[in-house]
Amino acid sequence: MAIRLALPKGRLMAPVASILQKAEWGMEDYNEKSRQYRLKPSNRDDIVAKMFQEKDIPIQVAIGNYDIGICGFDWLTEYTVKYPSCALEILSDLGFGEGAIYAAAMPGTIKGEVITTQHDAVRIAGEYPNLAESLAFKIRLRHFAVYPLWGSADAYPPENADIILISRQSEEEVSTLGFESLGKIVDFRACLVVNTDSLRCKDMSGVLASIKANIAPSSAVPNNAEKRVTIGAMRQNVRHGSSSEPDMVRLALPDGHQQSHVRKILDAAGINIDDYPSASGNRRPKIALDGFFVKVIRPQDMPMQVASGDYDLAITGFDWLTDHLYQFPGSPVKRMLDLKYGWVRIVAVVANETPVSTTAELQQMLKTNKISCRIAAEYTNIADYYARANHFSPYRIVPTWGATEAFLPEDADLLIENTETGSTLVKNNLKIIDTLFESTACVIGNTHSNRSSLKSSRMANFVEMLRKALEKAS
Amino acid sequence: MPIAHCKGCMDLTAQEMQRFRSVEMAFLEMSKCFGYEEVRTPTLEYLHLFTSAGTLTQGMLRRVYSFLDWDGWSGERVVLKPDATIPVARLYVDRLQKMGNVARLCYVTNSFVFEETGTKSRERWQCGAELIGEGGELADAELISLACESVKRMGLTNIEIKLSHVGLIRGLLASLGIGQSDQDGVLGRILDGEENAFDGIQSDKPQSVDVLKLLFNTKGNSAGFVKNIRALFTEDDPDVADELNSFISIIEIVEAMGLPCQVDFTSGKGFEYYTGIIFRLYVDNVNVGGGGRYDKLIEMMGGTAAPAAGFALYIDRLSSRISVDNLALSSTERVSLKIVPDAVKLGTELADLLRRTGLIVVTSLGGQTYVDCGWEVEITSAQEFILTNLANKEKRSFKEAIDVVAELGIS
Repeated sequence: MAIRLALPKGRLMAPVASILQKAEWGMEDYNEKSRQYRLKPSNRDDIVAKMFQEKDIPIQVAIGNYDIGICGFDWLTEYTVKYPSCALEILSDLGFGEGAIYAAAMPGTIKGEVITTQHDAVRIAGEYPNLAESLAFKIRLRHFAVYPLWGSADAYPPENADIILISRQSEEEVSTLGFESLGKIVDFRACLVVNTDSLRCKDMSGVLASIKANIAPSSAVPNNAEKRVTIGAMRQNVRHGSSSEPDMVRLALPDGHQQSHVRKILDAAGINIDDYPSASGNRRPKIALDGFFVKVIRPQDMPMQVASGDYDLAITGFDWLTDHLYQFPGSPVKRMLDLKYGWVRIVAVVANETPVSTTAELQQMLKTNKISCRIAAEYTNIADYYARANHFSPYRIVPTWGATEAFLPEDADLLIENTETGSTLVKNNLKIIDTLFESTACVIGNTHSNRSSLKSSRMANFVEMLRKALEKAS
Repeated sequence: MPIAHCKGCMDLTAQEMQRFRSVEMAFLEMSKCFGYEEVRTPTLEYLHLFTSAGTLTQGMLRRVYSFLDWDGWSGERVVLKPDATIPVARLYVDRLQKMGNVARLCYVTNSFVFEETGTKSRERWQCGAELIGEGGELADAELISLACESVKRMGLTNIEIKLSHVGLIRGLLASLGIGQSDQDGVLGRILDGEENAFDGIQSDKPQSVDVLKLLFNTKGNSAGFVKNIRALFTEDDPDVADELNSFISIIEIVEAMGLPCQVDFTSGKGFEYYTGIIFRLYVDNVNVGGGGRYDKLIEMMGGTAAPAAGFALYIDRLSSRISVDNLALSSTERVSLKIVPDAVKLGTELADLLRRTGLIVVTSLGGQTYVDCGWEVEITSAQEFILTNLANKEKRSFKEAIDVVAELGIS
């Protein structure tokens, strides 16, 4: 039986590719330009490999879809801190991809020598929610809330988070971002992990030896001795900064590829905004609207931020709003205006060889063959709702962080995915069996906010300006 | 494909439920005799109720079932309650303290703690009692007595008590002159049940460290043991002396109650909220319950400072020790009633009359006879009652329902 490898995309790809090159497996396809997720070494017929987002690798190896994986110790810890009994073993520190996760805050906002006893929730945000919860337990926060983020954690303090967990090379880098490091949570490097059952039962010695022989001798083992994070009582007056003025409208604008679209709409509405998109990564562009405060964050994170009252308005995709509403049906967030760009369909997808063409047929096939349906999705709550609504029993949601189309057919039975033209799906030998809904970009707002009439009219005015610009353009 | 039960969870069959209820009833009846009133707290609580310092240990917190509720968009997590005392303390602060009375509260509840292998139960049922508003050795002794009397009422014997004292351990650690964080570290390791909890202590009072090690490595069988320790402990520390004297008093009271007791300082693991005595209850060397004093918890929950102590009895461990023979109902108390379609009214009337006398009546709708019954009544289409003694198959017939009742009542 072939040995299954999960290899990382992104930052670790070049050094891992270099090891595999030295190992002479014939893995030339493993590079940034490759359009293939599945890799078959030309010189080894005992290996099959697939590329994943680094964050997906611990779970893929732990659930036994892959025997061996390479990922950062940060993502591994994020997984094992929540699931300490998972079937993962670390075999080797690979000596590259160095960094550390720091707990950070705006200078002066977190102060003191002993554990906090304040009654207001301490808000911890970041891409590592499990480590955030573990930190809260460790420093015995009396009351806390964890905001799991897709990214851009550095945009949150001080208004929308008190503490963030960020991954950086050094404490100096944390300071350069304008933060004070409260302490190091964990040092990390790339590491070689294996599934515990594979380690016990499967002969992988040839592959392991080949990798091991081509790792550069490591200079030092990462120092995981934790610097104790000490968090004291917070100064209340600095928590919300200037955006806490009662009439101020707090607006979240998207980072990433949506920025140019949003900029066009703002321009068309005659709303001037400086430094958006920003070449320097400025997260607080100045907008020429009285009483508006703008921040740039990930669109995926916006619905929860608006729901919790940290923002009043945001521009995001209807898909992410829907995912949020499936998780929190009573959420006060609603779509205020359809911006009619960024159209995609949210679809249910299976591999071409799966002999079904509708959801009903899939349900029947799962029932007949007594299969537990594995559903891979970035939209975990939409996927969960879809599985429940269609009476899949049993089913499992496999959360992913991108490149979801690579999961079929080996690592999932069904995807809940977005598509514009469907061409990527076709290219990956996949087919659509159901369209769940259509999604475009939209303005979302918090309908329950207890706000002044001035603020309400500012919000309504902003939505109206965008609406008129859209009508004019069409 | 049969649907399996959730890993680490279990069903209780009818017989297991009989054992369960028998433990529960023995406890609730005995609690009533001691003046304790039953309360109930919800299964879901906010996670932060359990996270602040001085509540659950980190080891416990890592194994709680926490998640975002359907309205958890603020990031506030809820938890399946991992402990029963803290919610009762919250209830006391929220609803009872303003009445100003001493509260004697008891409850039967489940709590949830993740257990890795899934071979042990992740849902644990316990009988618990809390005495809030009263402090001192007599209050401790009342709780120990209630725990023991409840277990005796279940028909169990061979009871032993193991005693420890967190206040004393804290006092001894404080007297070592080591920093607060080191003290907390050692105490945390003790409460999490780690061996070698004292390794690495850098104290300028090595003799005191030795006394502590002696306390943890030796198990004493009487108040004399703690008196010996008091004699060895040379530091002139009034706090330690008070705690030592209080501990000795409690041991003497327990001894006077005639209960075998052992002083075992390693028996105090599990909860960070304890401040004084910790006791564990054993039946045939199996730990079936435990409790202790938690004088700071009420204040920590936002209430006015009040002394408090409590205990829990573990129902799963106790019920497995209950003899089934004591619980089985006599078959003579069970009647199988065959009802034919044209005598339904008469049948239900008879069933009602028999049930009022305390008999168990199982209606046999399909015509079969239930084997675990002592009696069978058949109603014929001629509206006659045929009573069969299933032990000897002797039959008698009656014209009136009331005659059947009289006959079975007399039997």
